[in-house]
Amino acid sequence: MLLVRVRDVSRVFANGVQALGGASLDIGTGEFLSVLGPSGCGKSTLLRLIAGLAEPSAGTIDWPQGRPDIGFVFQEPTLMPWTTTLGNVALPLKLRGQARSEREARAAEALAGVGLQGFEKSYPRELSGGMKMRVSIARALVTAPRLLLMDEPFAALDEITRRKLNTDLLALWERTRFTAVFVTHSVFESVFLSQRIAVMSARPGRVRSELAIPAPYPRTETFGTSAEYAAHCRLASAQLSEAMAA
Amino acid sequence: MTARYVAPVLMGLFMLALWEGLVRAMAIPSYILPGPILVAKTLVSDWGTLWPALLVTLRITLEALVAAVLVGVSLALLFSLSRWIELSLFPYAIILQVTPIVAIAPLIIAWVDDVNVSLLICAWLVAFFPILSNTVLGLRSVDRNLLDLFELYGASRWRTLIDLRLPAALPYFLGGLRISGGLALIGAVVAEFVAGSGGRESGLAYRILESGYQLKIPRMFAALVLISLAGIAIYLLLALVSHLSLRRWHESALSEE
Repeated sequence: MLLVRVRDVSRVFANGVQALGGASLDIGTGEFLSVLGPSGCGKSTLLRLIAGLAEPSAGTIDWPQGRPDIGFVFQEPTLMPWTTTLGNVALPLKLRGQARSEREARAAEALAGVGLQGFEKSYPRELSGGMKMRVSIARALVTAPRLLLMDEPFAALDEITRRKLNTDLLALWERTRFTAVFVTHSVFESVFLSQRIAVMSARPGRVRSELAIPAPYPRTETFGTSAEYAAHCRLASAQLSEAMAA
Repeated sequence: MTARYVAPVLMGLFMLALWEGLVRAMAIPSYILPGPILVAKTLVSDWGTLWPALLVTLRITLEALVAAVLVGVSLALLFSLSRWIELSLFPYAIILQVTPIVAIAPLIIAWVDDVNVSLLICAWLVAFFPILSNTVLGLRSVDRNLLDLFELYGASRWRTLIDLRLPAALPYFLGGLRISGGLALIGAVVAEFVAGSGGRESGLAYRILESGYQLKIPRMFAALVLISLAGIAIYLLLALVSHLSLRRWHESALSEE
């Protein structure tokens, strides 16, 4: 079922730079979609438009089933340093006026979901980069959103932490099957995670091609070293090069 | 860690001993330079005059600081709400800040009937700018992504102010407050000098002037010592306030690990 229909969306910044030049994309309910493209191709802008944090200069974004609850994970953990992990994760519920005891119970649950039980009282400065990103994901998931938008969330992390977070993210997705839109510039990450990849051209960005990754879940380290995975990576790589050359 | 306290204390004792020794060895008269022991004795013997004077100065300092916080923070909030208000008012705040207080104090004292109020205005004028400019900077230094997050969850302007802008501005505000504490004292003392008011309600600066006229130089030194101690006490107090409010999360208040 179609969750959101993006049609010919453009976005021109105040300084005249055109970030998006007529991007079109369909996102189905419950799917894991990666948006793959070079730096500065407007991937993040596309995500912000879908989240409603900016308005398209042209084109339309439709929600056939109505606009769902949305969670957003930024490139940086974007935590409030003055409050605990629990306070950070409970923020979306607080902003919606939920009572303290209820929102803290749900926040603790969300923290446990990302493997951080026992860190409720810690402050962000006491956590490692990977743990901060887990807190950020827990905060985005605490409202049980039907759509989770992620803007290169693991780009700043080391390889080992990134792999662990990739598998944990997939486990979370398999458990609740929210719709996931994952922006990345890593071919390997996009193939490992997603059911479908939308490849974007250089700025002004458009969706140049789409690629299905039909491998079954759960995807583990074994999948990451398989010939099938390598073949998909080769294909995605070729499409990315093509998109950048165009 | 102990060297941090022992070294300056030893240095201070050494300088005081040197001072006392020189005064005695060269037989310098006390109306030119009193030795530290005489200053200490005067501090005790003239306590009845100096203590009330200190209280007067401290009261003006404190009132000016409170007024500076109220006006500085309110203006900063106003500026953060409206770019137009900021553009039209900020230049005048800067003009107030760069005009030497000694130059405008006589005017204020001439215009305002109540001397205490005019002293308060002078001290406030010197003290409020660091709080204003720091708080404005803090309110603006909010993480853009956090602002987006608040927008995503439909937070009102008021909620965003309370839960995001104010906590983000707190370290900046406290930095400004520390500067303003010292400035309020300086402002109060300078204004007292200019006003030169006598009578029962006079502060330490007036006692210094008076001692100068009467060549009671040891008392002048004793008053100076009190002003310095008051300044140090204000600084330490505000530093403590800052530390207590930030120790859980802000880099500036964390112990080195």
